[in-house]
Amino acid sequence: MAIFRNIASLINYLGNISFFIRDIIFWLFAKKRIFKSLLREIIFIGVDSLPLVSLISFFVGIIIAFQTAYQLKQFSSEIYIASLVALSLVRELGPVLGSLIVAARAGASITAGIGSMKISEQVDALEAFAVDPVDYLVVPKFISLVLFMPILIIYADVVGIFGGYLVGASKFAIPFGLYFKLTFEALKIKDLVVGFIKSIFFGAIIAVISSYEGLQPFSSTDVASAVTKSVVRSFILIIICDCLLTAIFYFILV
Amino acid sequence: MDNIIYIQNLCKSFNEKKVLEGVNLSIKRGETFLIIGRSGAGKTVLLKNIMGLLHPDEGKIFIDGVDITKLNKKQLEKLRLQFGLVFQSSALFDFLTIEENVGFYFYQHTNLKKPDIRKKVKETLRLVGLEGIEDIYPYQLSGGMKKRVAIARAIIYNPKIIIYDEPTTGIDPIAVDKVISLIDDLHKRLAITSLIVTHDLEVGFKLADRLAFLLGGKIIFEGDKQQLAQTQDARVQQFIHGSSSGPIKETQV
Repeated sequence: MAIFRNIASLINYLGNISFFIRDIIFWLFAKKRIFKSLLREIIFIGVDSLPLVSLISFFVGIIIAFQTAYQLKQFSSEIYIASLVALSLVRELGPVLGSLIVAARAGASITAGIGSMKISEQVDALEAFAVDPVDYLVVPKFISLVLFMPILIIYADVVGIFGGYLVGASKFAIPFGLYFKLTFEALKIKDLVVGFIKSIFFGAIIAVISSYEGLQPFSSTDVASAVTKSVVRSFILIIICDCLLTAIFYFILV
Repeated sequence: MDNIIYIQNLCKSFNEKKVLEGVNLSIKRGETFLIIGRSGAGKTVLLKNIMGLLHPDEGKIFIDGVDITKLNKKQLEKLRLQFGLVFQSSALFDFLTIEENVGFYFYQHTNLKKPDIRKKVKETLRLVGLEGIEDIYPYQLSGGMKKRVAIARAIIYNPKIIIYDEPTTGIDPIAVDKVISLIDDLHKRLAITSLIVTHDLEVGFKLADRLAFLLGGKIIFEGDKQQLAQTQDARVQQFIHGSSSGPIKETQV
């Protein structure tokens, strides 16, 4: 019976989320946004994530370079680490790792921020002032994440490729010009588009889940569990969404 | 005096728990009305129903003769702007400055220019006895000052009714006295209806024209201070004298 209850609660959750998305879309187009207020969110969500994203992408670039070199060694074609690093980063690892970092960092703090506003009655105060919390709190975060996520991911890709280059240059003495020539030869517009679309979807998932979870707590103890739920659920949805998108792109953009 | 708020048989439950079970209440225009009850008696739930933040399961609420339970979302939002609400925890927006907090209504609902709003904010802050704090953030203020700022934020747009939710909870005795005299002073100066929800009887006796006692989701007493002193209801007597022995059990709200 427990499994049926779980399935029922999952369906219920997805139902609530879809109403929440409907509200976000309604407010998204309901009025003009002031860029200045968005800028604060973009700085908080995006720019502050840059150092961590740089660090992780850099090391991931190095790791992929070594891993592929290990395989390519059998064919004495280590020179192709450039194209493999570029492809795996741009199509897959850049968007996924980047958005997992943002979900853990910015997503968690969005949930904690909105959650503490909820329990200190600030969300009620917004409603008392006839201001919709979705409009005032959620939509700016949604816009910032959807806009800034692709930029952040492209940046992560570049840093990762540079990490790969360091391995190529130091271990296999691949010259700078050649490495980047191979990188750009391997990358096609469609690869960039795939990474771009994925990062937009992942940004939207993080914004929706972290804000939705933030609006749930009723007491201070709920905030901690809301943050956990927010991060875990974002991770799960990002991976499921990635799987679906990868499959779709595989069939339509062969 | 006519009734500005009239509540008929209001019921509200959360999941299985019945919080309000048939509340009847009438509040007259221009008076200071007090709702007292134990912590957790459903006073805040009652307030949120009056403001249209919660929808009652049963019953009617008339504000100025309009049944608000029949209003749609847009009309409810308009209705809410007739109220000024001072929250129990002050609920100042902690990412905004004091000026942006107090002027929140104007920033959200009008096209007034920033210098004009700032002028209004200054005037209103002076009215609650504060000066020169426009550009600092709420966390830099004491509890009593936050409460004053919250009051300023609630009165700045001249609402018809001002609601105080536990105005003296969580602030020190001297600040309590100041907040009480401020509420009284504003009531006289602005000539509006004040609705105070509290469990603090001292505040009640200092301020209220009339009061109501909420227990077990029902109003068990409604009247002025004289009627309260004469009431034979043992439950009301027990609360007034703050006694632990009597018909109200410790776990009962």
